[in-house]
Amino acid sequence: MANEIHQKTARSLDKVTTDYVQKPKSLSELHAGIISGKTKATELANSYYERIAEINPALNVYLSLTRERALETAGRIDELAAKGDVLPVLAGVPVGIKDVLVAKGAPATAGSKMLSGYHPPYDATSVAKLEAAGAVILGKLNCDEFAMGSSNENSAYGPVKNPVNVERVPGGSSGGSAAAVAADMAVATLGTDTGGSIRQPASFCGVGGVLPTYGRVSRYGLIAFASSLDRVGPFAANVRDAATLLSVIAGYDTQDATSSRRPVDDYAAESDKSVKGLRVGVPAEYFGEGLDPEIRESIERGIDHLRAAGAEIKQVSLPTTQYAVPTYYLVATAEASANLARFDGVRYGYRAEGAETLAAMYSRSRDEGFGAEVKRRIMLGTYALSAGYYDAYYRKAQQVRRLLAEEFLTVFGEVDVIATPTSPIPPFKLGEKTDDPLAMYLADIYTVTASLAGICGVTVPSGATQSGLPIGMQILASHFNEGTAFRAARAVEAAQG
Amino acid sequence: MSARVGAEEVGRVAELAHLELTAEESGRMQQDLNAILDYIVQLNELDTTGVEPLSQVNELGSEGASVCVDENLRADEVHASLDRRDVMDEAPESNGQFFKVPKVIER
Repeated sequence: MANEIHQKTARSLDKVTTDYVQKPKSLSELHAGIISGKTKATELANSYYERIAEINPALNVYLSLTRERALETAGRIDELAAKGDVLPVLAGVPVGIKDVLVAKGAPATAGSKMLSGYHPPYDATSVAKLEAAGAVILGKLNCDEFAMGSSNENSAYGPVKNPVNVERVPGGSSGGSAAAVAADMAVATLGTDTGGSIRQPASFCGVGGVLPTYGRVSRYGLIAFASSLDRVGPFAANVRDAATLLSVIAGYDTQDATSSRRPVDDYAAESDKSVKGLRVGVPAEYFGEGLDPEIRESIERGIDHLRAAGAEIKQVSLPTTQYAVPTYYLVATAEASANLARFDGVRYGYRAEGAETLAAMYSRSRDEGFGAEVKRRIMLGTYALSAGYYDAYYRKAQQVRRLLAEEFLTVFGEVDVIATPTSPIPPFKLGEKTDDPLAMYLADIYTVTASLAGICGVTVPSGATQSGLPIGMQILASHFNEGTAFRAARAVEAAQG
Repeated sequence: MSARVGAEEVGRVAELAHLELTAEESGRMQQDLNAILDYIVQLNELDTTGVEPLSQVNELGSEGASVCVDENLRADEVHASLDRRDVMDEAPESNGQFFKVPKVIER
C-alpha cells in the first residue's frame, strides 16, 4: 500500500504523465459478470470500441478494427448466456491481436507498407483458439515492421506511444499489444517474441507478458520473421490471467510441425502454488555494467520478496551471456533474409509500378515496400549467409547458440527458475535511439538469451522508477516449465501490493 | 578501422537480396553493416572448435527440449485447402487463375 502511494506521488511529479493507464478487469470478474447476465458481451465490446475511438488517436495502438466479427461473437455469447449454457473460459473477453498474426478478412500489415491491402483468407491457429474459447477479437495491434525492433518506432504506420508516458516508447516489437493492456483498450492481447518482443514491451508498459517454450504455441498464421526463434504468447494485466490465456492457445497443431504434442497444463492452477522451496537462480551476468541502478534495486527487492515467500535464492553463472546479442543478430537476420524472400510483389501486398522486367519488379517492390530496419536486417542476413562468410558468421553463431543453450540446461539442473531484469533501461524517449541501430540492439541484452535457448519466461511488473516509469522482472524456466515460471511471477506480483 | 564491407560488396549483397537500394541508402547501409559487424566479430573470442552448430532447439538432446519434428509430421492425406478465388484476389495482378508479372523472357 505504501508502495502504491509512493508511486502515485512520483507520477504526479512527471508533467507528461497521462490518464491513459487503466487496469482492465480480471478474467474471473468478467466471467462472473457474463454468467450472471450483469455484463452483456455486446455492450462490453461496444464500450471497448468507445474507449478505443477516444484514445487511439493519441496512442496509435490499433491499426484496424474487426467490429463486425467482434459483435457477431459477442452476440453469440450473449445468446448462450441467456439460455444458461455453460460458457467457455474467455466468454465475452475483449482481446486484441498483434498485426503479424492473421485473422480471416482483416488487414494483416505486419507494420509494413509491403503488405498494405492484404486481407488473408484464413485465421492463425492462436487467433482461432482464442475465439473458440469465447474471446471477442476487437482488432489488430500496431507493431514494429515484421516484428523487427525494440521500440515500435519501425512501424510503417507510426510509433505506438507508451500509455504511462506518451513521450516514451512502449517497447517492441509488440508495443501495441502491451500498450493496449496497459491502457485497457483490450483485456488481453496476443504478441510475438523473437528476441524479447513480448517481454520487453510488457516491462516498458507495466503489464504481464509470456514467452512460451519454443513449440508450445502453434505459429500457423504468424507472418514469419526468424523461424527457429519466433513464438506467440499472451499479454494480460495480471499473471494468473496470462497463465489462463496460455492454456487456451497452447498445444499441438497439425499445421505447425514444430508444435509439441506434450499435454497442456492448467497454468493458472500451477500459478496458484506456493514458491516455498522453489530454487531461484540469480545470474551475476544480468546485473553488471549498463544496468540502470533503479532497475537493479527494484529487481533485488523482488528477489528479496521471493526469499521472504520461502524460495531459496542461489547465485548462478551464465558466462556466455555476453555473446548473446551478436549471436542473436546473426541467427535472426539470416533466417529473416530467407523468410522475407517471399515478399516479391507477386502473390500479395505491394507491387512497384512501371517495372519492365520481373527482376526489376521484385527489387523495386522490395525497396519501396520495406522500411530501413527491415532492409538492414535482410542485408546483414544475406551477407552472413553468402559464399565465403557462412562459416565465419552464421555457422559460428550457431555454435555459440549451442554453448549458450547448454549453459542454461546445466543451470536448470541446479535451480527451478532464473530471475533477472527484463530490460537494462527504463522506457526511453521516442527518437532517442533511432539513429543508432546497434544501441537499439543492445537494449535486448537480457531477453535474447532465452530466445536462443528455446526456454520459457514471464515478465512481471516490479514497480516503477522515481519518475514513474515501469520496471519489469524476467522469470525464466526450462523447456515446458511455464507453470513454474508463473508461480514465481505470482509471488513477485503479490509483493507489489 | 578498415571497413569490412566495401561499397561494391553492398551492391553485390543487395542484388542477392533483390533490393534496389538508392545511392543514399547504399552509403548508409555500408556504414551500418560495418558498425554491426565490428561488434559481431567479438564472437571470435570464443573457441568453438568441435562444437556442433545448433539450428533448432529440438536438437538440444535435453528431453525437455525435444520437439521431434519427424514424429510431428501429419499423415499424407488430401484435405480441402483455401479457396483459389480467395487467394488469387489478394494478388496485385491476376486473371483469377494465374499471377500476372512483367515479361520474364525477351524474344
